[in-house]
Amino acid sequence: MRARSALTVLGAALGSAAGAIFLRRRTVRRRERVELYFDDGSLLALTQGSPEAEPLLLHARELLAAARD
Amino acid sequence: MAETARALAELTEISTQIETAVVLDREGTVLAATVDDDRAGRLAGAALELFRAADEKREQELVQLDAALRGGSVFVVRDADRLIAATTTPEPTVGLVFYDLKSCLRGLGETPAKPKAKPKRRAPAKRPATRKKTDAGS
Repeated sequence: MRARSALTVLGAALGSAAGAIFLRRRTVRRRERVELYFDDGSLLALTQGSPEAEPLLLHARELLAAARD
Repeated sequence: MAETARALAELTEISTQIETAVVLDREGTVLAATVDDDRAGRLAGAALELFRAADEKREQELVQLDAALRGGSVFVVRDADRLIAATTTPEPTVGLVFYDLKSCLRGLGETPAKPKAKPKRRAPAKRPATRKKTDAGS
């Protein structure tokens, strides 16, 4: 009986951890971002919320809006 | 110009993810587009501003960028003197879109240039006549 309840608690804990990871991943994927590729092969990823990303995201939104007008 | 338009038509035919595309020069002049002139002008202006803003104050030279937005994605790729900008559906296959855009730009670069006038053949320089050595005694 005790072993069964311990397993239930463990299962519930694992389930909520997996759910939290899934939600976090989905949130990160849905966040707007800009990726810059340079001639030496380096890559710079700027995510929404960073001061460097915001002006670039603004231009990108304008571009997308112009395409869909 | 017709070659550029044909290359863009092929691009949108090949890639189902690309919705609109415009080819422009470094000054923002539209060379070809998949949309009407008015929209192409606005697209080119916005693409150039985005690329310049991303490129300024960088040590390395920017060659391409992509922006993933909620409603779709934006791509800009540059070669020697041209840029191609495209918009796509949300969450596209980034590598594939870059590949298609680069192939399109490369194809434009390979369009045969006007044949250059053949350089005139120069007349062979006259060699100084060689004298046979004559024996001093004869």
